[in-house]
Formats: sequence, C-alpha cells, structure tokens
Amino acid sequence: MKLTLKIWRQKNTNEKGRFVSYTVDNVNPDMSMLECLDVLNETLIERGEEPVAFEHDCREGICGSCGFMINGIPHGPMPATTVCQLTMRHFKDGQELTIEPWRASAFPLIKDLVVDRRSFDRIIASGGYISINTGNAPDANSIPVGKDIADKAMDAAACIGCGACVAACPNASAALFTGAKIAHLSILPQGQPERDRRALQMVAQMNAENFGGCTNIGECTAACPKEIPLEVIATMNRDFIRGSWKERDSTVRTITPMTEWSTGSKLDIDPHATS
Amino acid sequence: MTLDGKVPSGPIEQAWDKTRFEMKLVNPANKRRHTVLVVGSGLAGASAAATLGELGYNIKCFCFQDSPRRAHSIAAQGGINAAKNYQNDGDSVYRLFYDTVKGGDFRAREANVYRLAQISVNIIDQCVAQGVPFAREYGGTLTNRSFGGAQVSRTFYARGQTGQQLLLGAYQALERQVNAGTVRMFPRTEMLDLIVIDGKARGIVTRNLVTGTIDIHIGDAVILASGGYGNVYYLSTNAKGSNVTASWRAHKRGALFANPCYTQIHPTCIPVSGDYQSKLTLMSESLRNDGRIWVPKQKGDKRPPSQIPEDERDYYLERKYPSFGNLVPRDVASRNAKYVCDEGRGVGETGLGVYLDFADAIKRLGEQKIRERYGNLFDMYQRITDEDPYKVPMRIYPAIHYTMGGLWVDYYLQSTIPGLFVLGEANFSDHGANRLGASALMQGLSDGYFIIPYTLGNYLASTKLEKVSESHPEARNVEVAVKESIRKLLSIKGKRTVDSFHRELGKIMWDYCGMSRTAKGLETAIQKIRALREEYWQNVNVPGSGDDLNQSLEKAGRVADFFELGELMCIDARDRNESCGGHFREEYQTPDGEAQRDDEHYSYVAAWEYRGPGNQPELHKEPLEFKYVHPSQRS
Ligand code: SF4
Ligand code: FES
Repeated sequence: MKLTLKIWRQKNTNEKGRFVSYTVDNVNPDMSMLECLDVLNETLIERGEEPVAFEHDCREGICGSCGFMINGIPHGPMPATTVCQLTMRHFKDGQELTIEPWRASAFPLIKDLVVDRRSFDRIIASGGYISINTGNAPDANSIPVGKDIADKAMDAAACIGCGACVAACPNASAALFTGAKIAHLSILPQGQPERDRRALQMVAQMNAENFGGCTNIGECTAACPKEIPLEVIATMNRDFIRGSWKERDSTVRTITPMTEWSTGSKLDIDPHATS
Repeated sequence: MTLDGKVPSGPIEQAWDKTRFEMKLVNPANKRRHTVLVVGSGLAGASAAATLGELGYNIKCFCFQDSPRRAHSIAAQGGINAAKNYQNDGDSVYRLFYDTVKGGDFRAREANVYRLAQISVNIIDQCVAQGVPFAREYGGTLTNRSFGGAQVSRTFYARGQTGQQLLLGAYQALERQVNAGTVRMFPRTEMLDLIVIDGKARGIVTRNLVTGTIDIHIGDAVILASGGYGNVYYLSTNAKGSNVTASWRAHKRGALFANPCYTQIHPTCIPVSGDYQSKLTLMSESLRNDGRIWVPKQKGDKRPPSQIPEDERDYYLERKYPSFGNLVPRDVASRNAKYVCDEGRGVGETGLGVYLDFADAIKRLGEQKIRERYGNLFDMYQRITDEDPYKVPMRIYPAIHYTMGGLWVDYYLQSTIPGLFVLGEANFSDHGANRLGASALMQGLSDGYFIIPYTLGNYLASTKLEKVSESHPEARNVEVAVKESIRKLLSIKGKRTVDSFHRELGKIMWDYCGMSRTAKGLETAIQKIRALREEYWQNVNVPGSGDDLNQSLEKAGRVADFFELGELMCIDARDRNESCGGHFREEYQTPDGEAQRDDEHYSYVAAWEYRGPGNQPELHKEPLEFKYVHPSQRS
C-alpha cells in the first residue's frame, strides 16, 4: 500500500507549527499505525531530516502513551483501539491521512505530536486515591465486595489516561477521565470515607487545569479506546453535588462541572497551513 | 572482593522478623532531612517512593515516560501470587517458597525467596485497601486461579489487566504523596549516570528529555527500580522505552551485574509478521489451559490448518510430555516450538510459528464458555492478525519477556555500592534462573512496599554521610562525562539509524544467546557484537540536537549500553557450562533433551565486575546454599 501522511510538525511549544505531507510506499497492511510512522522516520533520518516525534511505549494498548488524531478522530477510525494497535489494513491504498496532536490548552504541545498531559497527573494527585499508608491494611477478605460491584469498579478503572476523551470533546473537557477515577473509587466500600472530598477536590482541580466543562455530548465515550461509559460522568456529578451539600461548610471551593463550561479551551490551528 | 549476601542466621521462618528487629531506625524527626532518589516509577519504584514518602523521607522520583503511570509494569496481564490459601487447597508460605526456589531451578537465594513468600500476603491486603478491583466471587470474597501449572490456586487477578490495576494503585499512592509534598516527581527525566562519593552512592546525573538540560541530583541514597533489559533483543514484549541504561551506568561505576544470561522466553506471543515489526505482543499463558499446540507432521506443509487431517498433525507437547501436555513449563514449551520450526514444520508465512488450537475446547465447552474465559485475548489477537481464533487456530511463537538477571544485591537489597539499592526486575535476587508466572508483580511490590522502607532506614541510621553539594568535584566530573557522551553520539553523523543497529544487535542476541546456546555460538556472538559496536561508534546517525526533545538521541544512548550488556550476557552464558532455567546450553542436556544442571560446579550466583572499556570483566561468585529445598532435577 501507498499512503500520504499529512502530519503536524512543530519544533517546540513556542514556534508555529504546520502540516507537512509525506508519502510512505510499501505500507504493509499488517503493520500498526506507529510502525508506519517508524518506517517514515527511518527514511527521514536517512534523508538527513528530523523524524516525527510521537509518544509511545507499550505498543499494546495499555500504557496510554500513544495517541493522536487521524482524520479528525482520536486514535483513528477503529472503535476501542489505540493507535499502537491500529493496523494499516483499515485504510485504503492511496488514502491521505491527516495526523495531528491532541488539541487542548490543558495539554500544551511539546513537539510535533507530543503533548504535555501532566494536568491528568495533577487531577489524580488532588484526590484520586484511597488514603491508606502502607502497612495499615486489614485482611483482604475482611470487607466483602460483590462481584457486580467489583466488575463495575473495574470497568471504570480500565482508563489508560491517554487523553483521547479530551481531544474528542468540543469543550476539551476532562470529565470522562476524572469521572472514571471518581467512579472506580466511589463504587467500592473502601472508597466511601473520602467519597465527598474526593469528588470536590478532583473536580476543582479539573477546572483549575483549564479543561472545559461537560455538556453531555458523548464524543468522549465514542473515542475512548477503553470504552469508559458516559455513566461515570453522571457518577461524578452526583458525588460532586452530594459532596457540595455535605461539605458545604468546608474550605474546598469549586464550581459545578455541569454549569461552568468554556469554549475557548481548544488550541486553535489553521487547517490550511500546509506545505 | 568477597560477596556477602548478608543472609541472616537461624531458622528461615524467623529470618526477616529477626532482621527487622535488629535493624536500626531513623528518628521520625530526622526522616525529612534525608533526600532519597528513586529511579523508575513502576511497581517497585512507585511503591517504594510512595511508602518512603509516607514515612516522611524527602523523595525525588524519576521516570523517562511523561507520567509515572506509564511504567511497563502496567502491561502485565496474568496476575499476582500470594500465599493466602483462601481456597483452602493446601497452599502456605512454605509451599510458595518451595515452588519458587524449585521453579527458579535452584539458582536463587533461599532466604530472599522465603521473605518474598511471607510478604506476598501483605501485598494483597494493601492493594485491596487501595481499591484495586481484583476479581471476586458472587459472595464477595476474592477469587483465585491456578497459573502456569501451579498445583494450587494462589493467583489474584483483575481481568487481564492485573499489572495495570496494581500499578495504578501504586501510582495513586505516589500521587497522594506528591500532593502531600513528600515526593517530587520528575517525569520525562532519564538517569544517565550515578555519582559515587567516598565509595557511597550520593547522586545521579539526569537529562531532561524535553529541554535537554543535564542536572545533578544529590541524595543520601539512590534506589534503582528501572526494570529489566529484555530489549537488548530489540524484539521483546517489553515496552519500547524499557532499557538498561540506569543499571548499566551504575554497573560501570562499580555495582556488580549478576546472572545476566538468565532471560525468560514466553511461549505464547503473536509471531513476527515482517521486518518493520517493532515489538512483540504477549498473550496470557492461561491460553495453554484450553488450547492444544500442534504443527503439521510433514515438513513445509503449507495447507491451511483446516485441511490438515488429525493424523497428519503432531501435538508435540502432548506426545513428548504426556503428564504435563500443553502445560509444560515456559522454557520447555518455548524450546520445543523452536525445535519444530527449525525442522521446517513451523506455520504461517514466516514459518516461525506453531498452532494453538481451541477447536476441541470449543467442542467440549461451547464457544460461549471460551469467550468468557479468553474473550479479550481473542479480540486482541484478531485485532492484530485479522484472523478469528474461534474459527482458525491461533499462531504463536516464543518471545523474550523477562530478565531474571540484574544488579547484584544482598538480603537488604543493597548493591555492591553502599547506598545504592536495587528493586524489582532490575535486581537479580528472587527468581533464580527462571521466574514463575505471576511472580514478577509480587516481587516488585514486595521490594517497594515492604522491604526497602526497613533496609533503607537501617542504612541511613547506621552510616555516616558527609554533607555533599551539587558542586562537589566528583559530581561535576560525572556531569562532564555525561555531556561528553551525548556530544559524541551527536557528532558521529554516520549513515545508519540507531534502530538499524539495534535490530542487528537483537538478531545476534536472539540467534546465539536466545532459547538455546552453545559455547561456539556465543563466541561468534561476542565477535559479532564487538564488530557491530565498533561500527556503531563510527557510523550511527543521530539527527537533531541535544537541546530539545530528541527521541533518536534517547535511543542512541540506550542502544550503546545494550551493546555492552549484550556482550556481558554472552560471556556469562559461555561461562556457565550447564543448563538451568532460562539458560539452555545445547552441550548440557539429558539424553531426552532436558536441561542438565551441574550443581557441583555451578551452584552460585555469577556477579560480574566492570573493569574498564575493552577489558575482560571479572567474575565473583556467591555460592548458593540450599538448606530447606533440596536440589532435584525438574521432572
Ligand atoms: S477515559 Fe478513555 S479516552 Fe479518556 S483518558 Fe481514559 S482511556 Fe483515554
Ligand atoms: S503505546 Fe501504550 S497504549 Fe499505545
């Protein structure tokens, strides 16, 4: 197969970026999207050009490192598939693919397709855990957890933190990511003691990071490679409201995730800037 | 140098308790005055950093990924062992200890393994309390499965994503400490050298992968938890970024490297499909519980599997090992796949593959049951190969998966450099010559949550540490050396890419130091590696500069270290004139082709000392004693 890749090239955060078109011959239908970029990069290096920077590590869909837009869709056209597991057989010979990074002001661009997702770490740091020091744990079977509960928690906990949900959302909201962690922990009995504070703090951090608000569009779930259900956002909202009421006298100040939303949090690009 | 493993005296059951009591404690008020550097944020690194942070130490934690949550522990599928005996099926601490020593083919230190088995039960408690969603029974208790041929059900799991869930638990505990201000996290930061002052590990030199800045970090101790070195083979199941650089550079500063030739090859991976292949994908070993492995009896039989009649198929594992059948240990399954492919009976386009067939299981249990058990694995297989394993047998081939060797550590997890501790896959300690399934996660968390918090305290409380600053002349020297090696790599401007060298190195390692090895082949490999390394330093092309994100430069430094490590692995493999666990020397096998250990001459840990560029490394031996589990040939 032969493909044309129109790739966003940007040297660093400050310089202006642009699309550059490359042709890749000899694309094997069995290779992954990232292996296709590897092949391109090998030729670029041999030609004395800088290879395309892109993020990747496990290449088996679990670490959450990889991700970019292919023709406007985060992780490309296949459902429940990260770009590292997306094989080229899903494209047609001669097709042109437009490849660009996640665009969100909470994910500043570092280089080419690589963005800074530390805002996700800060959301987790603000409360995405059960506060238990090592050594304090009771016997693992002392608190029974029904199978349905454990399964539900696992569904939410499957999030890989890739950021596709943010990239898919017209508001660049992180509601699916944040909701997934809140849901995972608030479903489990172990997560109850901190449930209210957790929701308040994580939502506050999410808003402080400049993610947009959620307006229930659902693009996030559609793009999510782990099929995290929209329901987790409802759980987040419920816990947030519950927490706001119960903790109304405490000092955690937040804005509601449902009402406060901004449209300005997608990074602007000029789609015609190509060379 | 005499290697003292510092194994406690007295009965093994009390060794860890006794050691804990005898160890010195750091006064709570003094803890925050100690800065400790943790390199790596996988299960071992994240659990260590989080726990030490909880105790009040001042922690700096480094990882090369953009977030600590991406460390390669995340990819472990199968599960984690623990001697909980929840199933009441005869498990105990002693049995897990026994199985691990025996599974490691009698090349591990007994006392370490016993402690690991003891601690395994605490790990499960800790993880459940953190909210790790392990699989449950309807009644609400934890469920277990038997894994990798174990006689008892002691493996805890969270779907096929156990590593992910355990790592996220440790990561969340780590982020909690970041929030509390006890841990400072340095993502996208790679350790490039170790600073040793007055014989003690006192700091590291790092490169900020975004800005290219080289920094000195000084501390009272350094903890390496930087994972294994499987990527020396280029193709492995490891993440692309996994590398040996932190360990290797520490080795060059004086830490001995133990048993580098012990590598584990996993029998159930998706076969290579072409030259562009960048990594291999593992499928859980549990598939062998229901799948039957076969190849055509005829050489070069290219018929599709459905057209090969039953009596023209060779179910070679069932034929050769009637009592274990398809559940033979990992190394046996892998080696036999290689043999049948070497005979020209391999399947698939490349001929490097064997069938794993579920047709009988589907007939017996129904497709629904198989879907329940392996649905996500089948989906993954289909996503990658475009073949439907419910209809066509899977094709599998072995791949490098785990490395048992690593930096030598004593019972306290301290390397031969005082103040340098090594945890998880990066050390050599607990798995001997072969690791059992579902034991890697256990060891990483045991080291990080439950061992290092004690042994580090003991070191800090009993060692006089001079005040050292970033401007110490030795720290500056190391910084200069790091900058120089980066400058050198960028200045070669040769003709070949880093990946092309890495691929070639990997092929040499796989051909001569892979599933089976010979003295002659290893000699050839050493010559080839040396020649290729020479060419590397003349002819590698590393584009770009050192002042920004430069992924080629990152790779170039790692591959340079893989060259040196690869040579040491071959030297170690050539030196070990026996077959044990993951190390199979063709010259040493029983008449029916099984690994032949030589306990009389090789019951030791081989720890290698770096002697400068171009010099032969020096071998130090730590003899192994087996007081509890008496060596027997694996049957
Ligand atoms: S919710 Fe889905 S899309 Fe969003 S970060 Fe998690 S895995 Fe990625
Ligand atoms: S590289 Fe890890 S999820 Fe794609």
